[in-house]
Amino acid sequence: MTILQRSPPSPLSRHGRGAVTRRAALRALAAGVCLLAVPPSRAAPEQLAAALREAFGDRAITPGKVTLELPKLAENGAVVPVTVSVDSPMTERDHVKSIHLFAEKNPLPRILEVQLGPHSGKARVASRIRIADSQQITAVALLSDGTLWSAAVQVEVTVAGCGL
Amino acid sequence: MSEVGTARVRVPERAKRGEVIEIRAMIEHPMESGFRLNNVGKPIPRHIVESFTCEYDGREIFRATLHPAVSTNPYFLFHTVATVSGELRFTWKDDRGGVTTHIARIEVSAE
Repeated sequence: MTILQRSPPSPLSRHGRGAVTRRAALRALAAGVCLLAVPPSRAAPEQLAAALREAFGDRAITPGKVTLELPKLAENGAVVPVTVSVDSPMTERDHVKSIHLFAEKNPLPRILEVQLGPHSGKARVASRIRIADSQQITAVALLSDGTLWSAAVQVEVTVAGCGL
Repeated sequence: MSEVGTARVRVPERAKRGEVIEIRAMIEHPMESGFRLNNVGKPIPRHIVESFTCEYDGREIFRATLHPAVSTNPYFLFHTVATVSGELRFTWKDDRGGVTTHIARIEVSAE
């Protein structure tokens, strides 16, 4: 079929068919590596629901009391600053026992868990996390009375996935 | 037992009893997620810090459980109530048996 390629060579076919194929193959390979780096995930909300069930069983989680601070647009998904605070007096009788962070589309939805108590004085924790793709991040707080409260924030990620 | 990495901690040198103080702690660690592939397509084995704790005067005041989604050089900011002058002991453990401990002192004065 080489005979059909007498028309002026396009920039891509400059090096002949072999080169184009190899380049295309390399490109496809690079894309493939990128995709392979993150194992195929289940549907995001299902994955989040499964992670929440694993952590808290079938207990009710109510939106509120928790403030989750994340940039709306994260340029680098590998280092995203996060701050979670909970509206709590942090007394012996009424305090936050733990805070849990989840990412619905990360290969593993659990990000981190921290344990606090009345000695914390203030229910506020900051860290830096990886976000594989634009998605919703959820924070859940377990209070001393056994109730669960949550907040969720949608984060758009510019450079993502591969660097995880 | 190997070290996890170099720790950097910020604790106020002095505080008043009952004051809520801010603590920052970071450790140098690759936090290799286990999901990345090397240049020949082989998975790079997971190597992460799994736990971080802070003890104040012998009592655990903060504990974090980390998963691969915590960034390289894990960093935490948290608070505690200044009660007595003494030691804050920070401990990081990774999934290869590495342990790093860092100690900071705080002087607590009466109100």
